[in-house]
Amino acid sequence: MENLLNIFVKSIFIENMIFAYFLGMCSYLAVSKTVKTSFGLGVAVVFVLGITVPANYLLENYVLKEGALSWLGEGFADINLSFLSFIMFIAVIASMVQLVEMIVEKFAPTLYTSLGIFLPLIAVNCAILGGSLFMQERDYANIGEASVFGLGSGIGWLLAIVGIAAIREKIKYSDVPAPLRGLGITFIITGLMGIAFMSFMGIQL
Amino acid sequence: MSSEKEPLFSSKNLKLLTTPLGAQNPITVQVLGICSALAVTAKLEPSIVMSLSVVFVLVFSNLIVSLLRNTIPSRIRIIVQLTVVASLVILVDQILKAFAYEVSKQLSVFVGLIITNCIIMGRLEAFALGNKPWPAVLDGFGNAAGYGLILVIVGFVRELFGTGNLTFPGIGEVQIVPDIVYEWGYVDNGLMILPPMALITVGIIIWVQRSKNKDLVDIS
Repeated sequence: MENLLNIFVKSIFIENMIFAYFLGMCSYLAVSKTVKTSFGLGVAVVFVLGITVPANYLLENYVLKEGALSWLGEGFADINLSFLSFIMFIAVIASMVQLVEMIVEKFAPTLYTSLGIFLPLIAVNCAILGGSLFMQERDYANIGEASVFGLGSGIGWLLAIVGIAAIREKIKYSDVPAPLRGLGITFIITGLMGIAFMSFMGIQL
Repeated sequence: MSSEKEPLFSSKNLKLLTTPLGAQNPITVQVLGICSALAVTAKLEPSIVMSLSVVFVLVFSNLIVSLLRNTIPSRIRIIVQLTVVASLVILVDQILKAFAYEVSKQLSVFVGLIITNCIIMGRLEAFALGNKPWPAVLDGFGNAAGYGLILVIVGFVRELFGTGNLTFPGIGEVQIVPDIVYEWGYVDNGLMILPPMALITVGIIIWVQRSKNKDLVDIS
């Protein structure tokens, strides 16, 4: 339990997707103009990361990894399919996003309308594939750890995008030098937020 | 290649190659492909290797998608593009693991993330799907080079000021700041190596570029 909590806090604050690894920067920069839309996108990312990371964990450990196919029989024990992982992960993500979209539309139409166009866009968000690849690299011990990591990274991403959107709404009223307006100042603010987030480093539960 | 006998490097084609280096730079102007651009730039060597990988993937995916452009049904084009890109990235990943294992460890997940690099999907959607193979190759090369240019600048600045050394592929670490400067009291700025400084460096590059080129200034 303690271990899970540790992974959770670590993935939100210390190994934040945006500030430590710059994943999902494209949509982070493009959609962070207002708090409302950025919150919608953030929730969608939490949702999809929370589903795809465990799904890819199962795929990795029961199909792709070296020796992972041994449940099929002796002859499969030394097959290593890990070179296929990129293409398999992206396929899982693309189909999961489609599936989630259909399920949400059927059972939670209000959520669907608020997520709107963001769900399909997420398939090509680097944060999602990044989550799965980090999961693969860090070799989490069981599916619980993997799901907690997925959810935590999503929440970290949500925090970051809502934060920058709030700052950008305020900064409209300040006198930024013309060449720095828009993209430039957003980069620099994100850098400063990253420095602030670095103060969480070393937190250990 | 075309019926009106356009020369291979006509001015129109040359423009495809050169505008992404400056006025249409994928990172600082089109805001594509930031994700992987920042994380690998703590040192010069991974930045160069990453740029070369992106050049390879973007040129060939642009070429392949452009060759297939009349046969891909538009409903499933995203999946087709992802498959083409993912196969090329697997190729790059395997080559790096075989011939440059150390660098591939440093790049870790970011080679895989070339798949979802928006610069690739963006160019495929915006250019390769509607153009002939040769311009598509040029466009791919130009955009990947523009991306690489920024990567190398950021990597150069961060490593030089962060550690005083520069790492070149194939040569290894070379000390640039001479010892005597350290004796005068110069200290490396360790902050440059940390992730946030990548963002600030890119922010400053954008600032410099936009103050030189007034057309790019964001008026909103």
